[in-house]
Amino acid sequence: MELLLAITLGILVSTSVYLMLDRNVLRFLFGLVLLSNAVNLLIFAGGRLTAGAPPLIAPGEYAPTGVVANALPQALVLTAIVIGFGLLAFTLALVYRTFMTLGTVNSDEMRIAEPMDDKDPGTGKPGPGRADPQHPATGQEAGL
Amino acid sequence: MQSLILTTTTRLMAALLLMFSVYALLRGHNLPGGGFIGGLIGATAFILYTIATSVSEARAALRMDPSNLAMLGVGVAALGGMGAGFAGEPFFTGQWLFLFQDGDSYVPLSTVLVFDIGVYMAVFGGILTLVFALEQEI
Amino acid sequence: MSWLLVYPILIPVMTAVLCYLFRNTVAGRWISVAGTTALLLASLMLMSEVLDQGVLAAQMSNWDAPFGITLAADLLGGVMVVITAITGLATVIYSLSEIPERLERLGFHALLQTLLMGVCGAFLTGDLFNLYVWFEVMLISSFGLLVLGGTREQLDGGIKYVLLNLISTIMFLSGIGLLYGLTGTLNMADLHLAVRGVENTGLLTTIAVMFMVAFGVKAALFPLFFWLPASYHTPPVAVSAIFAGLLTKVGVYALIRMFTLVFDQDVGFTHTLLLWLAVVTMVTGVLGAAAMNDFRRILSFHIISQIGYMVLGLALYTPLGLMGAVFYLVHHIIVKANLFFVAGVAKRIAGSTDLARIGGLYAHAPLLAFLFLIPAFSLAGFPPLSGFWAKYVVVKAALDLEMWFVAGVSLAVGLLTIFSMTKIWGAAFWPAHPDGIKPRLSDLPVGDRVALMLPIVALAALTCIIGLFPEPFVQFAERAAGQLLDPTDYVTTVLGVQP
Repeated sequence: MELLLAITLGILVSTSVYLMLDRNVLRFLFGLVLLSNAVNLLIFAGGRLTAGAPPLIAPGEYAPTGVVANALPQALVLTAIVIGFGLLAFTLALVYRTFMTLGTVNSDEMRIAEPMDDKDPGTGKPGPGRADPQHPATGQEAGL
Repeated sequence: MQSLILTTTTRLMAALLLMFSVYALLRGHNLPGGGFIGGLIGATAFILYTIATSVSEARAALRMDPSNLAMLGVGVAALGGMGAGFAGEPFFTGQWLFLFQDGDSYVPLSTVLVFDIGVYMAVFGGILTLVFALEQEI
Repeated sequence: MSWLLVYPILIPVMTAVLCYLFRNTVAGRWISVAGTTALLLASLMLMSEVLDQGVLAAQMSNWDAPFGITLAADLLGGVMVVITAITGLATVIYSLSEIPERLERLGFHALLQTLLMGVCGAFLTGDLFNLYVWFEVMLISSFGLLVLGGTREQLDGGIKYVLLNLISTIMFLSGIGLLYGLTGTLNMADLHLAVRGVENTGLLTTIAVMFMVAFGVKAALFPLFFWLPASYHTPPVAVSAIFAGLLTKVGVYALIRMFTLVFDQDVGFTHTLLLWLAVVTMVTGVLGAAAMNDFRRILSFHIISQIGYMVLGLALYTPLGLMGAVFYLVHHIIVKANLFFVAGVAKRIAGSTDLARIGGLYAHAPLLAFLFLIPAFSLAGFPPLSGFWAKYVVVKAALDLEMWFVAGVSLAVGLLTIFSMTKIWGAAFWPAHPDGIKPRLSDLPVGDRVALMLPIVALAALTCIIGLFPEPFVQFAERAAGQLLDPTDYVTTVLGVQP
């Protein structure tokens, strides 16, 4: 069972890394969502998998009876999910607002805060790394 | 969206959801439930109402800016933690008051409940702030 | 007594709530000032108690360590909280003049107070998962502050800041998950004991490197610093000043805490790695600054190069090295926030932060020019200012270990820092303004002048005091370093038993 979980984790992480290598910020964000889910599973697995009952104490008892699951990782995962939800909701809103303001989700074209005003001395053309305004990088180039 | 079925059922459903959210909030200390889940259920009621009518009507029904409610909730939660200070115990230690004690039946009141109410308000207000903002934008 | 540890977290959260509810009135900003003053008083009380009684610990909700959340303050944690409060107060006063009412109505002061709460929480917590939560509190409010107002530059810088910091957060969280799986505890003091019994030391080193990456992003360590120069020059000056002062230092603090308390098993590998990262960080930062032509962007790159010195102190892992790291942390927060404040005033009266488009500040605002020189010289390490002692101790620690190359690089980086500072001086202060403007401080309204200059004067005075009377501060840093290297006191106080 733990092996299965480990393989699942591996697939999730590799998928998310693939997504995060894209220069489309939205795809990057989806990669982050996947990655945060993978990490939540990792914490869960870190608490060991047991075939136990939910860690609830029956009325009239002072301790759980029988084998119960480890409650701590569940509490940690719950906290992480809530925080992750808040952060990702914020980021999604930020990406949306950025797209509306800058008109692009391509990270190569986001150079407003750090403008590349240095021209290549020989040709007078923009230096390498600068997004060419005449030929903005499109989805096809990014392999979408 | 205008749908007669949705608007009619929403009146009933929203009221039920709000009531259920309070139920979930109150049973939360020893049983599944609590402020967070209660707040989510309560927010669902208003989200449903927003879908059935409009953001402006939902805002009017709420009568209060949801972001103010959320911040107020954070304050209430912190106050709930401060209650322990009067008993000379560390921050967030639960303080209990058992009212109307009669044999086995009593009304338990606690600072834990105050904290949970704060969480309820914070989650309720926070989710609605987000939903209203996104709904208005798109 | 345990409440002393709670106040630095409780006061900002209550202030944030009140600030937000009164954000549409003038009362909001004055509540913010009052709340931060109260925070400063509370932090000073905490500090004096820590000096008096040694390490303090409090168990939240009365759950015994290591099961509940513990707050703990040793000398390093205590002094960081004090510095946080000082920087916070300076920023709030500065923002009275700088932040327009439009941003105040969006909840600027509430976000600022939440940021202070997150920073104080991170310095005081004794629990690893709780540290993660405080990091998130800090991050989400810094996201808000960074893009508040929503100009094109802010959104552009903000998105890089947000995405890279989210990766670091996730890395941190997976490190926590693995560490919990390995040891079964997340209380830092308990971890200190638990890692000694771990058989799989290879995995432990792997986890240590994961933490190094996670905190390295926050601290802007080479090669993970790219988000910092992309974003720090975009928000209002008050915001970049508090970010520059505090946020990266939380990363450095977390590195120091984890790599003295928990990951001290494989020092030969982890700390050597840190050493070389620190050296490269210093060099890249200062070279990046040399290539820039904007007041705030130069300063942003200098944050990176100075982070190198602090991490170098940690990486040397000697009493003198750690002492230098602690001294450097305190000195750098004051100096860097102050330089950003000066940049803000320059922008206000001369119209820009682009060095090609301003000038004449020395002729028309000599007070500002003088107040720029104090933190600038301190940053470069001129005696008798605070930066001299900080650099001296770190370089001395490297020389004691006979690391000539490392010591030589840190001295050369100091020289290049002077080069950058002279560049700012030679473009912004010395020549006449290219548009013929006469940038005078006296043109500002009186209220604005007080709110802008008061924090600069106060922080510059603090730099001078540390520089002229270094003895008590050095002794303090020595004691703090001693506590870090021998955490027996910390562990016994937190766990309440003899280890």
